[in-house]
Amino acid sequence: MSVASEVSGRPQAATDLLFSRKAKKQRNMGQILRWMVLFLGGLIMIAPIAYMISTSLKWPHEVYNVNLIPEEPTIENYTYVLEDGRFYGWFVNSIIIALITTVSNLFFDSLVGYTLCKFRFPGRQIVFIAILSTLMIPTEMLVIPWYMMSQSFGWLDSYWGIMFPGLMTAFGTFLMKQFFESVPDDFLEAARIDGLNEFQIWWRIAMPLVKPALAALAIFVFLGNWTAFLWPLIVTNSVEMYTVPVGLSGFGDEVDVAWELIMTGAAISTLPTLIVFLIFQRFIIRGVVMAGLKG
Amino acid sequence: MADLSLKKLTKAYGQVEVLHGIDLDISDGEFVVFVGPSGCGKSTSLRMIAGLEEITGGEIWIDGRMVNNLEPKERDIAMVFQNYAIYPHMTVRKNIAFGLWNAPMSKSEKSARIEEVARVLDMDNLLDRKPSQLSGGQRQRVAIGRAMVRNPAVFLFDEPLSNLDAQLRTQMRLEIKKLHQKVGNTIIFVTHDQVEAMTLADRIVIMKDGFIQQIGTPEEVFHNPVNAFVAQFIGAPSMNMLEATGNGQDLSLRNGEKLPLQVTTLTGQKLLVGIRPDDLVLHPETPLITGNISVREPLGSETLIYVSSSHGEIVARVPGKDAPRVGEEVHLGANPDSLHVFDAESGAALV
Repeated sequence: MSVASEVSGRPQAATDLLFSRKAKKQRNMGQILRWMVLFLGGLIMIAPIAYMISTSLKWPHEVYNVNLIPEEPTIENYTYVLEDGRFYGWFVNSIIIALITTVSNLFFDSLVGYTLCKFRFPGRQIVFIAILSTLMIPTEMLVIPWYMMSQSFGWLDSYWGIMFPGLMTAFGTFLMKQFFESVPDDFLEAARIDGLNEFQIWWRIAMPLVKPALAALAIFVFLGNWTAFLWPLIVTNSVEMYTVPVGLSGFGDEVDVAWELIMTGAAISTLPTLIVFLIFQRFIIRGVVMAGLKG
Repeated sequence: MADLSLKKLTKAYGQVEVLHGIDLDISDGEFVVFVGPSGCGKSTSLRMIAGLEEITGGEIWIDGRMVNNLEPKERDIAMVFQNYAIYPHMTVRKNIAFGLWNAPMSKSEKSARIEEVARVLDMDNLLDRKPSQLSGGQRQRVAIGRAMVRNPAVFLFDEPLSNLDAQLRTQMRLEIKKLHQKVGNTIIFVTHDQVEAMTLADRIVIMKDGFIQQIGTPEEVFHNPVNAFVAQFIGAPSMNMLEATGNGQDLSLRNGEKLPLQVTTLTGQKLLVGIRPDDLVLHPETPLITGNISVREPLGSETLIYVSSSHGEIVARVPGKDAPRVGEEVHLGANPDSLHVFDAESGAALV
């Protein structure tokens, strides 16, 4: 009040200030409520990760205790998993598969998306719809034909066998096509006049302009392949060809599941996804927003 | 540098023909402006010359070569787009370098050429900036630089100034004209703005609905328009059109006023009498038009007055000093020599 009277001395100004204070209080309440909701959401998301890390630091006899802080924390599990040669092999397998699949998707999805977006040719719409319609078929239905195909081509238990279904995706093609819509044709025509051929126009002009979309796609594809379970489990036979998720599920023996080791492996295997995310995160947020707008 | 000719050029999208046989010869070093309302086919013609649009019929010749089946890069042309189309992910230097993509030059020759172009366009200090750090006018200059660096036979400009604000547009217009005087290449410039067309062109090509209406110097199309469309399109404000009827040696206006004619008309022929706002004078000895002023637009040295008369709304350009007020009754007249007479049906000029 004293501030108000100092400002003008008029009662009107004082009430104005009072009202604005009240409004401010209400705003603050809203803010606190919002933070609480976000905090709860964050808690729910962090809980499994916290348990994963906590379990990885426990001795086997303590695993079924729900306490978050281990009674006798140990890094024994980490040394075991890292010294056990199998995990290292699976890690390398997963990295190779996720990287190659990601690069392949970035290249082919955007190539096809660009062509469908920027070129007018007969049957273009049919091709696009055909690609989109594959999104409607669930993986579970495709697994058997894939398996039969892999068997007849001799791809079982190989990198190629694990990777081939995901080297190109309808989703990625669709995403990239939508993003290329936002690239004005004038850029491409200017490049055509400058003397670039069609491939160079795509690679040097169009691709740099959709970097956010490429980053988003890179994260989606990398994560998708890094965590893929069903198909790698089916197509691989030998322990050496396992990927991390497949390998982890087999930790322990027939009777006992070694949760502390599975959680340790899982904790280690989140590292690459974290790295990929940290590299691309400034793009992905923009990418997801833009994908949402375009969708 | 080269001549360019269009021979019976047509363009159709499916069954719809949008360009109906364009014939045009442009000589070496000429600055030609295509002008017309939107949808008249001016940009389509330009894009066909560039090779960005397929040719339905007819031929395009550049420098003695028929280029119908050549790729854009083989036609020895360069184009500047309305929205600049400079690559946003590259520096100015790289953008300009792209113009030399296919040039058989060494790296040092290329960079010398880039520096030279930058100097001519007065942007040496901008070479290492990204387009996002440039103003609209600077971006347009980069686009022009990318076109210039190759020293093409023909420059194509597709409404390059329409994204700039009024002041910058006037400035860039002047710069483009100076540039043409300096480098002397053949230029084809597309615009919908008749002021741009008048100020820039050696010759203006006025188009409407896929037909060329008139080709001529700015003076020709202004003083001797071949039809009512050209007469109204060129000049701002537009030419006033008064309905009239011909009676052989003279014509009568709607208000019964009779005017002598230099040509003979059929009796009862419907005519349009065109008078430029500049040719109308206040308080003449024989008034043609009488009416009250409904709107006035002071422009400083002169004032536009809009007069509601028996001929409809008539606009006149009068001296700015002591211009009549809104609501005032005025009499307007014109020198008979400055009148244009058109056939009302075909629009063709009779005088």
